[in-house]
Amino acid sequence: MQKVHVKININEKPYEAEIEPRLLLVHFIRDIAGLTGTHIGCDTTNCGACTVILNGKAVKSCTMFAVQANGKDVITIEGLAKDGKLHPIQEGFWVKHGLQCGYCTPGMIMAAYQLLKKNPNPSEEEIRIGISGNLCRCTGYQNIVEAIKYASEKMKGEI
Amino acid sequence: MAIEETLIPEGIHGMGHKIRRKEDTRFLQGKGMYVDDIKLPGMAYLVFVRSPYAHAKIKKINLEKAKSIPGVIDIITGEELDKAGLSWIPTLMGDKMMVLPIDKVVFQGQEVVAVIAEDKYIATDAANQVEIEYEPLEPVVDPRKALEANSPLVRPDKNSNLVFKWEAGDRDLTDKIFKEAEVTVSQDFYYQRLHVAYMEPVGSVAQYEPVSGKLTLWMTTQAPHVVRTVFSLVTKIPENKIRIVSPDIGGGFGGKVYVYPGYVVSTYAAIKLGRPIKWINTRSEDMKSTAFARDFHIHGELAAKKDGTILGLRINVISDHGAFYGDANPSKFPAGLFSICTGAYDIKAAYVEVTGAYTNKPAGGIAYRCSFRVTEAVYTIERLVDILAHELHMDPAELRLKNFIPPEKFPYKSVLGWTYDSGNYAAALKKAMEKIGYYELRKEQEEKRKKGELMGIGISTFVEIVGAGPADLFDIVGIKMFDSAEIRIHPTGKVIARFGTRAQGQGHETTYAQIISEILGIPVEDIIVEEGDTDTCPYGLGTYASRSTPTAGAAAAVSSRKILDKAKKIAAHLLEAREEDIEFDKGRFYVRGYPDKFKSIQEVAFAAYTNPPPNMEAGLEAITYYNPPNMTFPFGAYICVVDIDKGTGQVKVRRFVAVDDCGNIINPVIVDGQIMGALTMGFGTSFMEEIRYDENGNIYGGSFAEYLIPTAVETPRWELDKTVTPSPHHPLGAKGVGESATVGSPAAFVNATVDALSHLGVKHVEMPILPWKVWEILKDKGVSSNE
Repeated sequence: MQKVHVKININEKPYEAEIEPRLLLVHFIRDIAGLTGTHIGCDTTNCGACTVILNGKAVKSCTMFAVQANGKDVITIEGLAKDGKLHPIQEGFWVKHGLQCGYCTPGMIMAAYQLLKKNPNPSEEEIRIGISGNLCRCTGYQNIVEAIKYASEKMKGEI
Repeated sequence: MAIEETLIPEGIHGMGHKIRRKEDTRFLQGKGMYVDDIKLPGMAYLVFVRSPYAHAKIKKINLEKAKSIPGVIDIITGEELDKAGLSWIPTLMGDKMMVLPIDKVVFQGQEVVAVIAEDKYIATDAANQVEIEYEPLEPVVDPRKALEANSPLVRPDKNSNLVFKWEAGDRDLTDKIFKEAEVTVSQDFYYQRLHVAYMEPVGSVAQYEPVSGKLTLWMTTQAPHVVRTVFSLVTKIPENKIRIVSPDIGGGFGGKVYVYPGYVVSTYAAIKLGRPIKWINTRSEDMKSTAFARDFHIHGELAAKKDGTILGLRINVISDHGAFYGDANPSKFPAGLFSICTGAYDIKAAYVEVTGAYTNKPAGGIAYRCSFRVTEAVYTIERLVDILAHELHMDPAELRLKNFIPPEKFPYKSVLGWTYDSGNYAAALKKAMEKIGYYELRKEQEEKRKKGELMGIGISTFVEIVGAGPADLFDIVGIKMFDSAEIRIHPTGKVIARFGTRAQGQGHETTYAQIISEILGIPVEDIIVEEGDTDTCPYGLGTYASRSTPTAGAAAAVSSRKILDKAKKIAAHLLEAREEDIEFDKGRFYVRGYPDKFKSIQEVAFAAYTNPPPNMEAGLEAITYYNPPNMTFPFGAYICVVDIDKGTGQVKVRRFVAVDDCGNIINPVIVDGQIMGALTMGFGTSFMEEIRYDENGNIYGGSFAEYLIPTAVETPRWELDKTVTPSPHHPLGAKGVGESATVGSPAAFVNATVDALSHLGVKHVEMPILPWKVWEILKDKGVSSNE
């Protein structure tokens, strides 16, 4: 298969490679960039474990080809903490016990990242709808909702 | 210290502390290490060709096209594996299972041929080019028909589809009670086939080093040590040359206890090809081929007096096991611990019979927080008790309170042979009733019914049995079901502790550290907990059936106390006092009456290496293999309120109160997290999840597009509470809890739904209670609305 050259900025660092057009973005992130925080939980675009931020939007990276991200900016879970300090959403998940096995966590946090960008003060219902593209099998979601509320307050400087 | 004040847990945090989890620091930053994150030099990828048929003869396999694809390294068939003696392997229940088939396939999605290539895209391309000619055979789908004399046979190596027949209890006495009883009720239930649907599908990376002869297998397993032993027995590789590593696991829920063909074939290929081999299932492959849960066809009966005194229980089950009897069960319990089915009630006589059948489906049965079939047992008794209440026009809460085993009867020996350790069931139920406002809800329901609205209240008061288990009863492939903890204190007072269990998100790295911190007074940040590496961890039976706290948790306490005993001797030596005069509190040893003159546990640890007393071994460490004297019997009382939409048949959970009792609690935040996750699984079970097969053996529910697990939107908000009834035999008074809510909650959801419809004459609704099922009932009863 004819390979194409791509350059994708992930967490503000450029990654260049010759890839097949059929290579999924999630495999580019995991296998070529070596950023294995982004996970694969299904093959039908349901679970959202592969969620990353692409040019400001949360996308399921299993349902995009890497070539579609050529020249664009991606943020993954690895790019969230700054100078060793956790992002308020990461901190919220920790304080509120919003994770157990940790497999959905990176995608869930990225979905929450976009949610809070769009809606800095979401209600419980808005949070639940906002993360409904992300499946979790361990937590029952309640603590994830609390984690996102915590992050929302923290980001507004309320705690 | 308030929990929010410190993120990184620092200081001594023993039993009951709500500290943040130690493991979260890596998971939150994408630095977990799951099997598919492993990348080794020269690693190749394995992809399976899977059967499109449920039951078919393999006529011909043509590999030419697939082999011609650049990047394909090797293609392995059942015939090749057979020459290596690996086409069939033993299961945990003394049956055997196909790794790759030779003559015929026995379920849709079965692994048929393994393709190994330079990357997974090429491997998948090549798998699509493998040509297999099949001759379809009549599939065996219904387990009841499978047991009929003229049924086609699932297995080429068996002369019947009967897996086992198992019974418990006194049949004659039970029959007599039923014959003489004033009231009897009976009901057929189908506990549907489910899949645990952990977020991380199963997989492995196998690496063989020819020079040393050492095999390393990273795999998604909940029981690495047992797998190593089984692998050694099957492959004849010496056990000390097999290293199984279970790294971070993205959820297990019982689905990762099993040995799957992918593990075996990736290992075989790694040895054959001299390259590391990675195999990772896709979600759809996983749903179609890995262990299912439940699939019990239940006929249950209850006998009682008119005043509601329950006298007898009789249950007959047909269980569907798929093509191989591979249930991850203790060997003496073919139907698991289903005999806990007398539940929380003081029942005089019971008889239970379970008949297992082979069908053309994947193997499994024991999984999905079932505690070895306790889910099925609790569902049966809790549904029957509700049906009896409705039959007698008694309040289901009152009926339960009347029949509970009273607190003074513990330890209580049930008629089916289990000795319950401790319990106070009425206290838990009353707490739940008070919290939810039970009697007010009943009044509201009455008023709503007058207005034609559908509201239901469902109760489940369940008893769990977890912590397998005592060596006289419990073994897996002959290995007694103990578990272990090895704790080593370094000269500077830092600790490494290793266990025979393997967490898949339950928080062992935190809670085991809390147990050690509680007993030795060492800050939790100084304690590193490790599990999952068979080279370094003491032998254990793994984590499933909520056994970690009862077994390895107990071992951690015992090992800590062994260390404390030795440390006391060292402290006496340092303080120049008699050992009997040494007191210990919060990490300090002091002479009785002189609390200012002390040696810290860290100073004692240093002395253990630098200045040990004469006639004492240097060092400070201990290991314990804990054989539990009994199981632990946590319990709970759940109450659910539902409203039913008459236009759509949608059952909306308005409230759900869960009062759990797991004895003394190590970390309340983690326990609540376990309960909320397990309740959500019970919710999914009750309202959304199922795997079905059509008459040709085609799967429905074989991907996340069809197998619906709850999202945040469907999942109700849970209201949790506790009572505390410690286990008298456990070193910390703790009981297991991880599975309680999945075991206990489905009956509450279904009881609530049926309760909402009972005045219409509805006695039962099968799970999953999908809107269309309820809507059909409403339409049938003439109460559906078109608003």
